[in-house]
Order: sequence, then C-alpha cells, then structure tokens
Amino acid sequence: MKSIRIGAGLGFYGDNWEPVAASIERGGVQFIASDHLAELTLAILQKDRQRDPALGYARDVVPMLIKLWPLMRERGVRFVCNAGGLNPRGAAQAVLAAFKAKGWQAKVAVVTGDDVLQRLQAADTGFDHLFTHEGVAGVRERLVFANAYVGAQPIVQALDAGADIVITGRVADAALFLGPLVHGLGWTLTGATSERDLTRLAQGLTVGHLLECSGQGSGGNFGSQGAWQAIPDLAHIGYPIAEVYEDGTALITKAPETGGRINFDTLRQQLLYEVHNPHAYFSPDVVLDMGHITLHDEGFDRVRLTGARGTAPTDTLKVVAGFRDGYKAEVTWGFSWPDAWDKAQAAQATIRTLLKDKRIPHDELYVEYPGLNSAHGALAPLPKPDALNQSNEIWTRLVLRTQDKAAADGFGRLFPWIGLSGPAYTCGFTGLHNTSELLGIWPTLIPRDVVEASVTVDMLGEVVS
Amino acid sequence: MSTIRIPLVRIAHARSGDKADWVDFGLFAWNAVGYQLLAREVTAERVQAHFAPWLPGEVDAWPLPNILALKFVLRGALQGGGARNLRLDNLGKAMAGALLRMEIDVTQDELDDALNAPRVGWWP
Repeated sequence: MKSIRIGAGLGFYGDNWEPVAASIERGGVQFIASDHLAELTLAILQKDRQRDPALGYARDVVPMLIKLWPLMRERGVRFVCNAGGLNPRGAAQAVLAAFKAKGWQAKVAVVTGDDVLQRLQAADTGFDHLFTHEGVAGVRERLVFANAYVGAQPIVQALDAGADIVITGRVADAALFLGPLVHGLGWTLTGATSERDLTRLAQGLTVGHLLECSGQGSGGNFGSQGAWQAIPDLAHIGYPIAEVYEDGTALITKAPETGGRINFDTLRQQLLYEVHNPHAYFSPDVVLDMGHITLHDEGFDRVRLTGARGTAPTDTLKVVAGFRDGYKAEVTWGFSWPDAWDKAQAAQATIRTLLKDKRIPHDELYVEYPGLNSAHGALAPLPKPDALNQSNEIWTRLVLRTQDKAAADGFGRLFPWIGLSGPAYTCGFTGLHNTSELLGIWPTLIPRDVVEASVTVDMLGEVVS
Repeated sequence: MSTIRIPLVRIAHARSGDKADWVDFGLFAWNAVGYQLLAREVTAERVQAHFAPWLPGEVDAWPLPNILALKFVLRGALQGGGARNLRLDNLGKAMAGALLRMEIDVTQDELDDALNAPRVGWWP
C-alpha cells in the first residue's frame, strides 16, 4: 500500500531545528511540516510589525532553512510551514534573498488570505466572542490583528504545483500536515462526504495533531511523577515522524539514534493537548471524534494509530484576533534572611502606599512569590510565616496592570529608594522600566466562503529546471 | 472498608494546554484499574471545587476510556489569555501539576491494585 513519511518541524517560534535535520538525514521523510505559530505568536509578530512593516513573520524560518535546505535538496524533502505569520510574502522574500546569497534556487509558494482584520473592523454585528459571546463592538477600535484558520486546500494546491517550500500565514496547525498527506496519498479533501474519505482525513488530522508540537509528541514535557526520568536523552530528542498509509492508518515513530520516547503514554498526552470536546475537535478540513482512537505499541518507539472518525467540517472558520488591552510593568525583588518574609511584606506595603499617595491609575497590582506559589497559586501550600521568616530569601514579583502607559512607564521609579531606605538585605531587583503592551485574545467564527474567496497561492523564486 | 486519601499524582499523569482564556487538561491513568478510580472520583464538579480557591470557573469533562483518559476544560483560567495574563506561568503550563495535587478517596486495596497492575505504555 502506498505510504508517505512526514516529519515534525518546529512546534513554536524559537523551537530547536536540529532534530529536524535528524529526521531528514535518518528518518526517511519526504515532507517536513513546521508549526511556528502558537495562539500567542501573532501577538509577538504584531509587535514586530508595529516596529517595522517588513517584519511580522517568524524570522527563525530563514536560519532554519539555510541549515536544512542542502539536506532537503539532497533527499528530495519538501517543506511546509506557517512561518509567514502576519506577513507570508515578507517571509518568502526573506528566505529567497538568503537563498540567492548562497546561489541556491527553490520554488517557494506563498499562501495568503487569512488576514480578516478589516472585515472585523468594518462589521457592525457578528464576530461574537466564541466563549463569552460578547459582541466585537467592545474591542473593535482596539483590534490589531485578526486571522482565520485556513484549511489544507491551498497547501495541497501549492504542492501539486511543485513547490519545494510552502509558506503560509495562519492555517490550522494540523493542516500543515494534512496538506502533504492529501497531496501525496491522493485523498479527497474538498467536499469529502463518504465515510472512507472522512476517516482518512480524521486520521490525517490526528497525525498532524500528534506531530505539530515537535518534541511534545516524543516525550518532551511529559507530565508525570517517577516516569519522566525514563525518557532518555532529551538533549538529542528526535521529533516524531509519521508513516501514513493510503487507507489512513499510521505508524508514529522517530529517527533512529535520537533521544526521547514514543509510546502509548507520551502520544496520548499529546493527543489531548489543547483539545476541548474530544468528540468534536474542529478543523477546517474535518471534525474529529477521538472516542475510538487506539494507540497500539508495536515495540520500541513505534505506535500504531487507528480508529479516528470524522464528519464533514462546518461552514465557518475559527478566527483569532488580538486587541490592545492596557499595559503592564513588572518588578521582581528579593529580601534575604533574617525575617525575609516580613521584610517582603513590609516593602510591598510601602509600594501600595506610594501607588495611593501618588494617585497612580491602575487596574490591578498582581503579586506572586516565585519559588513559593507562582506555578500553583493558592493551591500551593505555603509554610507558616515563622517558617518563611527562616527562609534564606524570599522573592516577590509585582506586576502593575494599567490602561495608562505613563503609569506603567513610571512604575519602576517607585522602587530604587528601597535599596538604601527600605528594609535590610535586598538581594536583587530586576525588571525596572519594562513596560509592555497587553493583548487580549478574541476568538470568533467567520463564514468560510468569505475567507476562502480571498485565499491565494503565489509561486515565487526561480524555477529549477 | 475504610478509605485513604491520595493525591492524583500517585496514580495518574497529566498535561495542560491553553486556548485563549481556557486551560485544558488531559488526565491519564497508567492502567485500566487506575482509570476506573479516576472516572469514579474525578468529576467536573470536584475539579471545579479543587481549583475554586485559586481560579473559579466552569469545568467541562469528558471520559475517554479508549485511551484510559479524562479530558477537562477550565474556563476563564488565564486572566484573559496568555498575552494578557500577569502570572509568571502565563500559559498555564504548570497547571497540570496543580491538577495532580487533587486528592481522591480510595481503599487500600484499590490503590494497591492500581499501583501493581502493569502500565499499558511500552516502557523498556
């Protein structure tokens, strides 16, 4: 039976690409699909784009491809990524400029059309918040980006046209994987209604979901007690690879002589990651029911995936928008033994007094104690104050949330006097004068035909004859 | 038979993720015996009660016996989302650990059975 092997690329902007080289060199992959965009990433890229309109893409794609392209060309491996972020064309041009400097040629396809900011800004109604059901009017003036999660179709089109590298903006994460599977295995994507077609797409979506977070599918971030230690050599972790068959069944594995572990436990942790209703996991290409999935260990780092079921996708696409939501400024300080806890409390009280005296406008002063409760909040049992006062040191992180940028900019100036005039034995201040803008996330839905009418695939670069 | 109180970490593993303002959890038993205990004890209501002192919010739950897992979603847990959250753990990556702190009541026999039954995953 026909099959193709596809490997995981990055799982987020800034992830390590060395494991991808191992998948190309030793993993026998024909495709790499690389997910550079977390939900939060567009907020980061928006800040880049505000500074320089030529940016707004995940810049790591350039050094990554400089490193991987010679290997990819040698092995005939093709590459799909969403590193375009808010500026796919800019990303493609940056890649091609870097290739040109090396004397390399490649066919680069650019997928655009996911940007729906103007539509949200122009709308009087609709685009209610997916979770809270509030109307978009309350944030419309503050929107800074809005992108729809596009499906696999334009990626299939780009690969069918012979692209070596496909660069998209906001597409559904798993579509990066589903695109090459549909292209390589001849599956029916658009208008699929038969059980066979939908099952294959559901399997392909599951493959994408298992691979899209790079090392998290192969034993990274394995949340257990007493078992994470059994996952070997995370320093040389191999990213997951899927061998996917024409009928949709798949074997999940990784390149030989790499670290990490692929088994029932590591894969099922990833299967449920960032999923809400597991019986209706929505994607633009198929709606997945995980209720009958089996993950069968076939031996060392080999797991068979079967049983995904699919139904036809809905006529809406998910949009994630970001809106300006005030500013934050933060300071972290430490006080040392003796009485470190009481000194931290006393110093914190002085800051609250100063905020009041100086009438500094703010919505919230958020306080946590790194090393004591910042991970688990009120669920973390704290030692009694007497015991805390015996601590070697107590660190306090104070964060001001305000709508007033000047108030955020001035927050750090409330602190330096403590060095000589506050309680004794401060052991460090960090984070003075570091105002950053807060962005709220606005998930909503949009009719898919509105978006898909604008999606285009353009081929850039020189064609290799 | 009297029961003993154990934290979930004794018999389960977990991962958390984020979407906008919601944190989701996958909670996994090491074997079918442990799964029966999780499915009986770890309801949406009890997960909500566990997190209530820190992060009140509605909880949705789904059982997935095919992979010996439970799925939970904790709504409104991220102060508006990762790019707005003031916490050091702005994405809730550590919150799966907070879930594993949750305590359930089991008999000693049930605990022994869950600890002694072999793990399903292939661990060399």
